[in-house]
Amino acid sequence: MTDVNHVRPVPAGTPQGGPSGGDAPKLSELLNRAGRGDEAAFAEFYDATSARAYGLALRVVRNPAHAEEVTQEAYLDAWRSSTRFDAERGSAAGWLLTIVHRKAVDRVRSVEASTTRDETWNRQTAPVDHDQTSEAAHASLDAARVRSAVATLTDVQRQAVELTYFGGYTHTEVATLLDVPLGTAKTRIRDGLIRLRDLMGVGS
Amino acid sequence: MSDVHKLTGAYALDALDDLERVRFEQHLAACEDCRGEVAELRETAALLAETTAVAPPASLRDSVLAGITQIRPLAPEIPRTTPATIAAEQRAGRRAWMPFLVAAALALLVGLGATLTQPWRSDDVPRLTAAEQVIGADDAQEVSLDLGEVGRASVIRSKAEDRAVIRTENMVAAPAGKVYELWLMSDDGTFTSAGLMPDEADQTLVLDGPAAAAAAVGITVEPDGGSEQPTTDPIALFDLTEAT
Repeated sequence: MTDVNHVRPVPAGTPQGGPSGGDAPKLSELLNRAGRGDEAAFAEFYDATSARAYGLALRVVRNPAHAEEVTQEAYLDAWRSSTRFDAERGSAAGWLLTIVHRKAVDRVRSVEASTTRDETWNRQTAPVDHDQTSEAAHASLDAARVRSAVATLTDVQRQAVELTYFGGYTHTEVATLLDVPLGTAKTRIRDGLIRLRDLMGVGS
Repeated sequence: MSDVHKLTGAYALDALDDLERVRFEQHLAACEDCRGEVAELRETAALLAETTAVAPPASLRDSVLAGITQIRPLAPEIPRTTPATIAAEQRAGRRAWMPFLVAAALALLVGLGATLTQPWRSDDVPRLTAAEQVIGADDAQEVSLDLGEVGRASVIRSKAEDRAVIRTENMVAAPAGKVYELWLMSDDGTFTSAGLMPDEADQTLVLDGPAAAAAAVGITVEPDGGSEQPTTDPIALFDLTEAT
């Protein structure tokens, strides 16, 4: 079976590589070594992914201290379950970020009443310093590609995807936020993601 | 395309509530198309994180690397070759991992394995607990109540399973010397004790007794040890006749 979730080479004219591109096999290998107890391999895995993991957690939970906790929990889970990672089912970065996202969402939902989500969601788009690490700079090549794909979504698709993924809202809450019927929110989220998937060449 | 397939996107973005998620994962276990789509959409969603990368503080690296020295990675899964496994593999191809996802989410729901998120695969198919069977039942109905300062609670009832489950969030402990008691209320207003609730803020508990015919579930505050009949007005009454 081929790597069904491997990200295909990007179209001509856009930068190659990036965390979800050329180094994906390496990340998988690092996780496999971590599963055998190789702490140095896991440190390398951390260095290659931590800006994405922490940045995602920070974007969802907002509070830097909470984001650190979420990120740490996610990495400890990744270490613990590294033996269960299977490169045939997806990329190592995708696997890690799925864990991070789930934990971040659990966190915001459990502290719903606290101040962390008091800001309007428009203010989530804090500028990011991509020069903070080589990884972040590296990732920004992919980030440009992702941003241009996101820019092709309809407004409702984009808002629905961003409110769920970055806002941590349920599709029911998103329907209310966007003032659309529940079925519409569900469909917009899926349509938006499918469009991004196709534009970014994810899949078999 | 039926409606349930359209939840792949919301599921991949963790945008379903607990009940929706459990139900959708039951669907996933039987729908290979949706499993494939969820895997791709998750991978797609992860790419969105490229746009939000921020270097974490150096102290986080130290904490993580110190933390892993205390944790033993889980044992790998050994493929078993029982006839049942082979049959399952043949049915599901190489994607026999989804049943574990159901179990993982259910474990989170009932507070068992809450610290370990397993996004993918296992060939293990743990048996469902009684609570999981009720929550995942096709005819499960849920009524949620916000109890203000007391917390939040939901009752899920399955007539087919003839059981009801209560799930609490941030529930404050009963006053000293008191206990929360659960009741099943029949059509004619008769209360039958359905057991006492342990003092835990977040729990999922199967009510004692048959629940198919219950019109409502109530919670009262009773003296330690409970009462045979309610001695106070319910602090919460979940009307199952209007449940969806």
